[in-house]
Amino acid sequence: MKGFREFFDPMKGKKAGLVLMLSFFLVSTWALAQQNAPAAPVAAPVAAAPTAAPAAPAAPAISAGDTAWVLVSAALVLLMTPGLAFFYAGMVRKKNVLATIMQSFFMIALISVQWVIFGYSLAFGDGTPWFGGLKWFLLNHMPDVSPLAPTIPHLAYMIFQAMFAIITPALICGAFAERVKFTGFVLFSLLWATFIYDPVCHWVWSPNGYFSTLGALDFAGGTVVHMTAGYSALALALLLGTRKGYGKEVMAPHNLTLVLLGASLLWFGWFGFNAGSACAANGLACNAFVTTNTATAMAALSWCLIEFIHHGKATTLGAASGAVAGLVAITPACGFVNVGGSLWIGALVSLFCYLAIQVKIKLGYDDSLDAFGVHGVGGTFGAIATGIWAVKAVNGHDGLLAGNPGQLWIQIQTVLATMIFSFLGTVILFFIVEKTIGFRVSAKEEELGLDLSQHGEEGYHI
Amino acid sequence: MKKVEAIIRPSALRAVLDGLKAVGYSGVTVAEVQGHGSQKGITESYRGQNVEGLLPKLLIVTVVSEKHLAKVIQIITKTARTGEIGDGKIFVSPVANAIRIRTGEKGEKAI
Repeated sequence: MKGFREFFDPMKGKKAGLVLMLSFFLVSTWALAQQNAPAAPVAAPVAAAPTAAPAAPAAPAISAGDTAWVLVSAALVLLMTPGLAFFYAGMVRKKNVLATIMQSFFMIALISVQWVIFGYSLAFGDGTPWFGGLKWFLLNHMPDVSPLAPTIPHLAYMIFQAMFAIITPALICGAFAERVKFTGFVLFSLLWATFIYDPVCHWVWSPNGYFSTLGALDFAGGTVVHMTAGYSALALALLLGTRKGYGKEVMAPHNLTLVLLGASLLWFGWFGFNAGSACAANGLACNAFVTTNTATAMAALSWCLIEFIHHGKATTLGAASGAVAGLVAITPACGFVNVGGSLWIGALVSLFCYLAIQVKIKLGYDDSLDAFGVHGVGGTFGAIATGIWAVKAVNGHDGLLAGNPGQLWIQIQTVLATMIFSFLGTVILFFIVEKTIGFRVSAKEEELGLDLSQHGEEGYHI
Repeated sequence: MKKVEAIIRPSALRAVLDGLKAVGYSGVTVAEVQGHGSQKGITESYRGQNVEGLLPKLLIVTVVSEKHLAKVIQIITKTARTGEIGDGKIFVSPVANAIRIRTGEKGEKAI
């Protein structure tokens, strides 16, 4: 109680404002949750990517509108990766700014090539329930349309999915920021995309994938993208060890304006990520768009409120972190929950992520930019929350609160499988990289900074 | 010759420069610096991790002849003072020599 009073002592007179903010949260959340999905569109004729599309009696025609939307969405998702680059680069120290941007930017190049050569085939090819196979090597032998997106050309769906495959390994970079070799990073990312991302993507999204046939709901990548990246990030943070001087030297973000710019680009691009995952320009895409924006906004408010209570000040880094946490959590749910559900998901995810980061500080491991704290924790919560707040009116699936606890159980199974596979798989890949070309830079190179030691450049000159 | 190093509030810069200019001492070098006095800085918080922050200040450096020293110190003290904690400090030290790079002039002629 003493500690609690201390927080409030320096801000006498602000209590009224705090109470007002809190009431606003509770009332708005409650009021909207009461409405029975007034604006939620009815289930769209075309099922979302991750849910198995019902076998259509006759192949639907290619829709110009749908194709245009998916292509634009692909470009929006591409923009998220440079957005992530700025988000991360602002949080590192000056001497590592370029190396951090390079990790994300290089990923666009690396995975774009991997994806068209064999990545798409491994992820979406019709192999076994566990692995897609190499039948679509170099995009050969692909049907004209994917059963997951029957109204757009297959190539449009392929390139949309390529952007997801790019950003996912880039998310992990937050965990090993400021201390890995460029060559080690490249080898690890290529192996990770091939042996972790492509299989999990196949399990959850490919029509014959194991969890897809089980009925797992993941609209835009809570498990496939954020959980795989998040748990791999945790494994790497533990295996690589802390940055030199961690806990002793000041490692404050060197440019928070970049962080905010990055977070804004992520928020913008995420509309392609989530609403684009409807694979059609329809009501379901609108639902995903609205729930995405709502949960993100709510999570930013929630994070600021938590900081205000805990520290007496709301920070810009907190607002940006909250927004990203909200985006992560709503990703699997955006095409299954209504706006009431999205408010709850946004409000709660910030609490879980914030707590996870405080625990990290106590435990002393160095997930440098909180890739696990935000993507792992937020993704796990989002995947489970989908099984709680899903409503049939949106996309034909009910969750726990609508009287279908079975869905929650399926979600939990998917979460556990993704968690264990990503973590253990990353441990193996780490040792492969560590024992061959080495993953971590020398202490001297780390001291000098990765910009100079890995790239021979400086981000800022005198 | 004496070197006068004054650490002042950023908001006082214009008043200090104008004060010095009014009595004809316009040769100054100004640098942005960070630091704290005995009251310490403001604690910063990044995702709940606290960092002891430093306060932004300006460092004004000027070299003056002995006979102008008292006047310069008086001007800086007067113009940079708000009376609150954090107004800064002035340090005075001897200077062995000064050389004007363009002409090679030495000593007081060079300052």
